[in-house]
Parts: sequence; structure tokens; C-alpha cells
Amino acid sequence: MSTHTYKKFEDLDSGALPDKMTVYQECLQAFNASPVQAKRCRLLLSRLLRLLYCGESFPTAESTTLFFSISKLFQHNDYSLRQLVYVAIKELSAVSDDVLMVTSSIMKDIQNGEIIYKPNAIRALARVLDGTTIHAAERIMKNSIVDKNQSVSSAALVSSYHLLPVAKDVVRRWTNETQESISDSKSFPSQQFLTHEYYGANKLPLSTYTYQYHALGLLYHLRNHDKMALMKMIQQLSTNSPLKNSLAIVQLIRYIGRIIEEDSGLTQTLFPLLASWLRHKSDMVELEAAKTILSLPGLTGEQHLQAINTLQVLLSVPRTVTRFAAVRILNRTAMKNPEKIVVCNVELESLINDSNRSISTYAITTLLKTGNSDNVDRLIKTISGFMDDISDEFKIIVIEAVRTLSLKFPEKHQSMLSFLNDVLRDEGGFSFKNAIIEAIFDIIKFVPESRESALETLCEFIEDCEFTELAVRVLHLLGTEGPKTPNPTLYIRHIYNRVVLENSIVRSSAVIALSKFALLGDESISKSIKILLTRCLSDVDDEVRDRAALSLKLLSSKDIEEAKVYLAPSVKYSLPILEQKLALYVSGDKDTFSTPFDISSIPTITEEEAKAYEYKEKTAADTEEIASPGKEDKEDDSQNEVFKQNLLHQQYSQELASIPEIAAYGTLLHSSAVVDLTEKETEFVVTAVKHIFEDHLVIQYNVNNTLTDIQLDDVTIVSQPDAEDVFVEEFIIPIEVLKPQAEAAIYVSFSRAEGIEPGVFVNTLSYTSKDVDPATLEPAEGDVGFPDEYQIEELQVSPGDYITPAFVGNFTHVWDELPNEQSAVYNLKDVTSIEESVSGLIKSLSMMPMESSEIVSSSSHHTLKLYGKSLGGARVATVIRLASTAKGFMMKVQVKSDDEIVSESVANNVV
Amino acid sequence: MGNIFSGIFGRLWGINKEIRILILGLDGAGKTTILYKLQMGEVVKTKPTIGFNVETLTYKNISINMWDLGGQTSIRPYWRCYYANTAAVIFVVDSTDKERMDIAQKELHMMLKEEELLDSALLVFANKQDQMGALSAAEVSKSLNLVDLKDRSWSIVASSAVKGEGLTEGLDWLIDVIKEEQL
Ligand SMILES: Nc1nc2c(ncn2[C@@H]2O[C@H](COP(=O)(O)OP(=O)(O)OP(=O)(O)O)[C@@H](O)[C@H]2O)c(=O)[nH]1
Ligand SMILES: [Mg+2]
Repeated sequence: MSTHTYKKFEDLDSGALPDKMTVYQECLQAFNASPVQAKRCRLLLSRLLRLLYCGESFPTAESTTLFFSISKLFQHNDYSLRQLVYVAIKELSAVSDDVLMVTSSIMKDIQNGEIIYKPNAIRALARVLDGTTIHAAERIMKNSIVDKNQSVSSAALVSSYHLLPVAKDVVRRWTNETQESISDSKSFPSQQFLTHEYYGANKLPLSTYTYQYHALGLLYHLRNHDKMALMKMIQQLSTNSPLKNSLAIVQLIRYIGRIIEEDSGLTQTLFPLLASWLRHKSDMVELEAAKTILSLPGLTGEQHLQAINTLQVLLSVPRTVTRFAAVRILNRTAMKNPEKIVVCNVELESLINDSNRSISTYAITTLLKTGNSDNVDRLIKTISGFMDDISDEFKIIVIEAVRTLSLKFPEKHQSMLSFLNDVLRDEGGFSFKNAIIEAIFDIIKFVPESRESALETLCEFIEDCEFTELAVRVLHLLGTEGPKTPNPTLYIRHIYNRVVLENSIVRSSAVIALSKFALLGDESISKSIKILLTRCLSDVDDEVRDRAALSLKLLSSKDIEEAKVYLAPSVKYSLPILEQKLALYVSGDKDTFSTPFDISSIPTITEEEAKAYEYKEKTAADTEEIASPGKEDKEDDSQNEVFKQNLLHQQYSQELASIPEIAAYGTLLHSSAVVDLTEKETEFVVTAVKHIFEDHLVIQYNVNNTLTDIQLDDVTIVSQPDAEDVFVEEFIIPIEVLKPQAEAAIYVSFSRAEGIEPGVFVNTLSYTSKDVDPATLEPAEGDVGFPDEYQIEELQVSPGDYITPAFVGNFTHVWDELPNEQSAVYNLKDVTSIEESVSGLIKSLSMMPMESSEIVSSSSHHTLKLYGKSLGGARVATVIRLASTAKGFMMKVQVKSDDEIVSESVANNVV
Repeated sequence: MGNIFSGIFGRLWGINKEIRILILGLDGAGKTTILYKLQMGEVVKTKPTIGFNVETLTYKNISINMWDLGGQTSIRPYWRCYYANTAAVIFVVDSTDKERMDIAQKELHMMLKEEELLDSALLVFANKQDQMGALSAAEVSKSLNLVDLKDRSWSIVASSAVKGEGLTEGLDWLIDVIKEEQL
């Protein structure tokens, strides 16, 4: 090799990648040469790997050729070369054909090769095995898993994990070996690193126990679907603490969290175990235990407090990352239960000046969340002094926190607004300003008393606003909110100033905003608006002119109501569905296109409904996110709840309407959430959805056949209501054939009595099962099958099935106004905490908590205020008082509603 | 004599020159058993070879790279990937496997047609002679149509890998031929 090319390739400063084709050619040449020159081949392999790691790739044919040439390097026994050969095989095996050709050579290395490259060999083997060759490697893999050398064992465990998708049934046979490895004690071979003198053999730990982590991960995957086995595993791993590796313990804690999430009945059984890790020599373990405990809803305040105390201590340790993690967990807890972390306030306040900005920001926002009506003003003052020192990104986090706080303490809106007003004057980029504007918008929306002073702030802001998008949004808001104030003319001046001074986009929004003031019905205002709009007719921009002309035309008609429909509509269409339908309409055939688009098929949302969803999202966002793996797309979830609800509703409507008998029932009024009627692990999983129609109740039973070798025929449900005069069965639509691993629905229809009647349905699943041939998935001909039936859980229909949550700005006002008060008193026995019953009530009544009353701050008593609307359109408001007694909890329910039947039914059927 | 020999060799092959030999044949013929018997002098327990084994052995002061390729139907197509620079092929036949003698014959002739193997010498081991009913070397030679081979040095030797019989005899012949041809 010439020195020239050597320099060119190794010039690290230039950062340029070596040429792909050159490397390819040189590799083939060197690897096929005889005899092999180990050093040169190593160099070329590392060059090749560098290319691959930088994202370069070779087409299958080239990759395969390379692969074969690399396989020839097995003739050389240089350790370092062999290690690189393994790394290269691992990288190339995904794209090359015929990788099985190195199987025997690798297996020989694992059995008799040098200890230094054994782990590499094992990891490469996992990449070349397939469903047929894996059998030849079983013995070797098992031996490697139980190897006393921790590097070998880890490599084998991780490789087994990768082999799961290749041949799960084979890997499952290694369970005993894996199990044995977890609690075994393994170490590094004593001489392994002696050749590297700078390591100094005495500086190396004997063992890091990392194999425990790997073994645990594998074992969990092997037992994933068997709860009994998992419980046994947890028990074994928690007695006499065989786990020495922190990562393994952290992982075990996560698995425990997952199990509890699936079966909350195990919460109290497993709590002592979790609590035992709250005092551990590793921060990591303590943090994970605390995090998991705080995410479990079924625990008592006392139990949560233990976790919080651990975090409190961690807030003052020297290690930055630990402080960060601790404050972050507390911050999350604060979103849902700020009162729980008040005990940490002293520590949190001292973190405000932490040298790490991420920590200080978290400390601030956490403190803000713990804010109560007594300290909130002081907190706001503290952060005002702090705002100048932090970056936009952190400022946004602070603004978000202030926003949430202002929704929780509407009576404190003044100090919040003045804070927002101050920061709005600061220098800042778009996202920062946008966050402030959003916060102010929310305050206006949900705290009606704040309207005037907030609008004033906004008016001032648009006087000098460099962001067109924000100016447009503010103008729109001024148009909708301004007319509702006692002194609308004030805003007209501000808006008209924009028409004079701004760019055309802002001008056209100002035109529409202005028009809305003319709808007030005040003659003199209308007149002035018309004059202003007329001036706009000579604007240089056509959009501005068009909008002005349209508004003038609408305003000059006699029918002010019609103008309102266009200029200030009170209902909104569900935009995502509208978009979807329009797309279908446009792409449909000629016939569809020749009939006008039917706008009535688009669901509409009233302002109250939209606000209810929005309020829920804004005040409760990401409270449930902790310890829920598999829910990574959570954020997406909450973002568009209205859309999802709508879509689901639409899907149900369509499915039901395709059944003629049900189509005759009219429009679908409400569909419940999905209710589980069996455990998730059973062979036939049944869930139910309740659909309410004007005079009917249709229960949709979804049956999932999880077996691979059984087919079910004539699957049906006998559904027996407790109140037979209220619900009368009309018909059942069974599933004729349910193939293995298929899901289908049974519909059972009842006529229902008027009003909002509760009921309990006893359900029995019956079917004829037949064995199927695994190849064809067909049962044998003439097989009559085996009839069977069993009882599944009961299904409850409660008042919540007839109610949708709604938002109201001033609950007390509505409460006073509503007639038909009904009340009832209950004794609750099976409830462990007020919190638990509060979240249960919100769910079962399907109503919206008002005045932040979903936040429980005392363990002895609480008042929950709920609001919603019945399917008939009646408003429903509920005040529920909970108090702990010697025997459990007592609950007093008061209900008021436009509809007397609704009040009565809700009051009498809360649980 | 031995000294003069190695002297000539040292000059001829250069210090690091190695000979490359392939061991081919149907599955179960005994290739892997032969390789390790030659290398370690032991009969090892084998499994069907998925891919290949490669070992370097020093025989009479000559360094030989022995490639034992798997003989299963699924692996035979890849033999060709290892033909380049091959000095000699050892073709192993299970002499008791009369049914598949025809297949062995076809595989052998097809392989020898390959361009890259035109100059390679051929040694056939009529293996498993210790077994009852094994065909003799002459019978195997006939079944394989060895007489048809032109322009190639070849030889057939009766062997038993498990007893270690015939192996060195065959290898001696092969080394001699290679030496001659390269001279
Ligand atoms: N009796 C007897 N058995 C032999 C002899 N040589 C090999 N075997 C046995 O034949 C079987 C197959 O031997 P292998 O060496 O694995 O065969 P192979 O040619 O490498 O097979 P593949 O790797 O599948 O191509 C083993 O059980 C050997 O013990 C022999 O000379 N006599
Ligand atoms: Mg073999």
C-alpha cells in the first residue's frame, strides 16, 4: 500500500469518507489473496465498517460478494482480525444473501475459539441463524448462556433476545438456562485484559453483573403472556436480593409497574417490594422506584409520601443528573397532585438558583404547580426576577406552567395576567410570544372575569407586533370576544388601526373582526362599522376588498340571523371529518360529484363541547404518562381527542347503519368506551360497547379468538338484564364463524324505556368449537364440533352512558340557576381513598370536573363538582361531597338538571 | 533427502506460500472427519457442516490450507465461491452409499468443468472402507467414471477416516503431484 493512499484515507481532519468503490475493490483483492495479510485486512475492514456506520450501503449482490470474501478470512487466526470479521459479518448479514455459509465456522469459534472473540462470535451467530439452522446451534447457545464468563453469557442472552423473532419456540426452550443465569455469579475471565497494560488488571471490577439485566429482559419476553410465571419470577428475584446490577433492578421495577397497570388488584401486594427499593445504594434504583410508585393510582397518600421523601433527599445530592431526574419526577407528579409535593418546597426553592438551568427551570415550574391561593402571588414574583436569565425554550416551559396555574386558580388571574403582560413586552422569538398569547387566550376562554383586562393587553400587543400569524389570531379573538364586553367600541378603534397600518393578511382579518361588531344590534355601532368597511372597498388588496364587500352585503340584508350564520357561527364543523369527507367527495366518481355535497353529514361541535375537551386536555395533559411503556404516542393521543371521538362515533354509526334492523332506530346518540368483559389473557377475549339510540340500546360484543387451532361457530351471547321491563330484547345478530385469531362482533338489541335508566346485564358466551387443520385453517369435513358456553362478566349501564361532558365558565352560577334538585347519600365500602372514588366518579358519570375539583387535597373530605349534558340536551350539574368515616367513606350526591327524570336517575344511580 | 526437499521447497514457494486444498463431496461422506483426523490425529464428533471449516496444517514442512465445505444439497451451490487459487481437490465418497454414487459422479464432473479448477489435481477418497459392503476403490472409480478425466492428474485411494487408513497415503501422492506440476 502506498503511503499516499494511506494518508488520504486516514486524514481524520478532513472527515471525508473513503471512496466506496475503492474500498470495495481493495477488500475483495486482499481478502481473496493467499496468504492473507492480517494487518492489511484489518485496516480494510475498519474502513469498510466506517463506510457502513456512516450510512453507506452496498446493493445485495456486492454485499454478498463482500460477505463471501470476508468468510475466507477465517483461515487466519489473528485475534484482532477475527474480531473485526465478526463485526463485519454482523453488519453485512442483513443485506447479503446466503449468510448461512459462515455458520459452522462461527460455531467452531464459540466452542473452541479464543475467549477474546467468543462474545463477538456469539453475537454474529445470532445474525446468520434462521429457522432451520437454529436447531444446530441450540446446544451451543444454551452452554453460552450458562457460561461463567460474564461477557460470553451476556452475548448469548442478548443474541437469544434477537433470535426471538426468528424462532420463538426454540428460544423458549432456553428458559431454564436463562433463569439459572440471572442469579448465578459470573465474572470477567481473569487474564482477559492483561495484554492491555494500561487497563491494569487490578483496576477492573471482577464482575459488573450486567448479564442479570440481559437475562431479565429475555426472561420477561419469554414469560410475557403468563402472569403466574411473571409473578413467580418477581418473587424469586426479590427474596435475598440476588440482583446486584442496578439496570436489572430498574428493569424489574418497570416490569412490576407494567403488571400493576394491567391488574390493579396487585397494587397492594407489590407495593412493599417497590418501597423496599426506595432506600438503595444506587440513585438509579431509588429514582425508578419512586417514579413507579408515584404513577400508581391505587396507592394511599401515605404510600406516595414515602416515594416523595426519597426524591426530596435526592434533590440535594451533588450528582447533577440525579437532581435533574428527581425534580423531573416531582414535576410530573405536580401536574396531577401538586399538594403531594408541597413537602419538598424548601428544597425546590433552593434549586431555583441551581447552576444547571434545566434543573432550575423544572424547580420553578414545579413550584408553580404546587402554588395554592396563598403562595401563588409570591411565586409569580420570584420567577419574574428570574425570567431574564433563561433562554426562550425554558421561558416557554414557565409560561405553560403559569397557564395551567391560571386555569386552576381563576381568582388569581390578575397577577397571572400582569405577569404575562410583562413578559409579552420582553424581547423574544415567535414560539415564546406564541406561548404567551396561547396562555392569554386560555385565560379569556376559561376565566370569563378576566376578559376585559386580557383583551386590553392583547390590543396593546398588536399595536407593535412583528408576527403576522399572531396578529391575525389576536384580531380573530378580538372579533369574537370584543362584542361580548360592555364597551365594544373600545376594540373597534384598535382593530381599525390595523386596517390602516398593516400588511394585507392582517388587514383582511381585521375586516372580518370588525364586521362582527355590527351584529350586536346597536344601530350607531352598525352604522360606523359600515362606514369603515366601505372605506376598505378601495383597498389595494383584492382579498381585503372581497371580504369587506361580502360583509357589507350580509350586513345590509334584513335578516341579521342569517348574517350571523356566516360571520359569527355558533357551531363548528368537525374539521378533520369535513376534510376527510371532502377528499372522498372530490376523488369519488361522477355520480357522487354531480349531487351537491351534503354538509349535514358532518358532525358539528358546539362551543361548550369543544371547550370541555380543550379544558380537559389543558388542565390534565400528560398526567398518566409515567410508566406506561407501549404508549409512546401518548402526545398524539391527547392532541386530537375531539377528532378521535368524532371519528369513532362516525365509524360506529356506519357499522350499525349497515345492519338494516338497527338502521331503522334512527341516529346513534352515544357510544360508550370499550368495556372488558374477560381477562385479557383468556382464550376468547370479549369486550363490549353500549350504543344508545332514541328508543333502543344496542350492545356490541366484540369477541376475539386468540387460539391458533380452534374455530368457533354460532358464537352468541345470552344477555339477561336485571330490569326486564326496562330493557326488552328484540334480536341478536350472532357470529356465524369465528376463524382462529380473528375478531368479530355480536349485536344484541333491546328496546329501552324513556329517560336514563340504569341496568345490569348478565352475559353468557356460547359457541360450538371445532379443531382446524393448521395448514388450511379449515375444520375437518363432517366435524360437528363441541358445543360449549361460559359466563363472562356483567355489563353495567349507568347514567354516564346517557351523558356527555361539557364545560361551563361559571359553575356556581349554573348550579344556582338549575331546577329539579335531587339528592342521595351512599356509604362506600370497597373504596381505599377519596382520590380513587373521585376519578371513578368522573369516569362513570361521564361528566366534566369543574373548578379544579378533580384535584383532591385532603384525605378526609372533598367536594367534587361535575357538569355535563344529557343525550336529550338537558344540562346536568352535580355536587358530590365525600368524607371518610370509621367504616369507609360516605358520599352525598346532589343533582340538578333541566330535566327532572335526569336529576332523579343520576342521583339514584351514582354507584 | 528430506533436507534437500525442504530446501527446494523453501526457495520455490517462498517462506509464506501456502497450498490451498478443497475437500468436497456429498453430505455425510466423511469430509470433516478426514480434515480433523489429518490436522489433530483424532476422530472428532461431527455435525453436518453448515458452511465450511478451514484449518491450516503443516504436512512435511508444507503449510496447507484445507477447506472442508458442507455437502448438503443446499450448500453445494456455494462450493464455487471457494474455487479460486485451488491447488487440489480432495473428493470424498461414502463407499457404502451405492444409491447416491450417481449423484456424486454428476457433482464431481460438473465441478471439474469449472474454469478455476482446470489446473487442480484430484484425489478421490473411497471412504468408509471399514464398513461392511463398502465398494472397493476400483468399483468406486468405475461408478465415478474417473477414466473419462483427461488432462488432469488424479488418483483414487481407499480410506477409512475413523481408522486413519489411506489418508496419509493419499495426501503424499497429492503433495508429490502438486510439487511436480508447480516445478
Ligand atoms: N464407519 C465410518 N464412518 C465414518 C467414516 N468417516 C466418517 N464417518 C462418519 O460419517 C458421518 C459423517 O461424517 P462427516 O465427517 O460429518 O461428514 P461430512 O462429509 O463432513 O458431511 P457434511 O458436513 O454434511 O457434508 C459421521 O458420523 C462420521 O463419524 C469412516 O471412514 N468410517
Ligand atoms: Mg462436514
